[in-house]
Amino acid sequence: MSAPSIETPRSLSRRNAQRSNFELYSWLFMRISGIVLVFLVLGHLFIMNFLDGGVQRINFAFVAGRWASPFWQVWDLTMLWLAMLHGTNGMRTIINDYAERDQTRFWLKMILYVSSAFIILLGTLVIFTFDPNLG
Amino acid sequence: MATTTPVGTLYRGGEGMWTWVLHRITGVGVFFFLFVHVLDTALVRVSPEAYDIVIATYKTPIVALLEVGLVGAVLFHALNGLRVIAVDFWSKGPRFQRQMTWGIAAVWLVVMIPGAYYMLMHSIEALFGSTP
Repeated sequence: MSAPSIETPRSLSRRNAQRSNFELYSWLFMRISGIVLVFLVLGHLFIMNFLDGGVQRINFAFVAGRWASPFWQVWDLTMLWLAMLHGTNGMRTIINDYAERDQTRFWLKMILYVSSAFIILLGTLVIFTFDPNLG
Repeated sequence: MATTTPVGTLYRGGEGMWTWVLHRITGVGVFFFLFVHVLDTALVRVSPEAYDIVIATYKTPIVALLEVGLVGAVLFHALNGLRVIAVDFWSKGPRFQRQMTWGIAAVWLVVMIPGAYYMLMHSIEALFGSTP
């Protein structure tokens, strides 16, 4: 009886398989966006929940006052994009870990990508088209 | 012959496993809140009244309690994320990962105890008439 043959990891067929550094970049992105988000999100939470009475003072006029400043527009836009991409990539990892069937994994990720894209675009549109004189 | 009992999981507990579990749970929770939060903020494009009505629900005692949970989840995720980065990139990170876990637990408590009181102050006043 001959021993079963096992391909060596560096065999030609494996080397020719599609390889990309996507997972490396996604790993790096989680760390870089994470550090930026620590400042953006904790700053946002501190301003919104702790300063001057916290949530109690928030209304349409408050939002209008903030988004009159390009500084807060850029802050919120950066936070929106980084948080959504960071969260979507985290959810992608979790789906890959727990959804065992190929079909389940594929469709869960499609739902994730479509809904994330919708939220990112909606949020971006709201920041850019905000009208303080509405209503 | 020694018999081996199959175990259901690769992970056997310890600080490293539990911070990993908590990192996932808080991450998913914050991500779902983010969806809701972008949608509620999008109401500023509908009308000032629609936005103010929805934001008014954020000022109720029950949602105030949920906000404390949100801040707690974000703070843990942020602190533990920095710990993960330190383990990955700092040469002494893996050696001190356990001390860093207790460090972030301490920072979390020091921020959250007065933080929770401050965030709930308005609700306590509304419910009981005064704060202790």
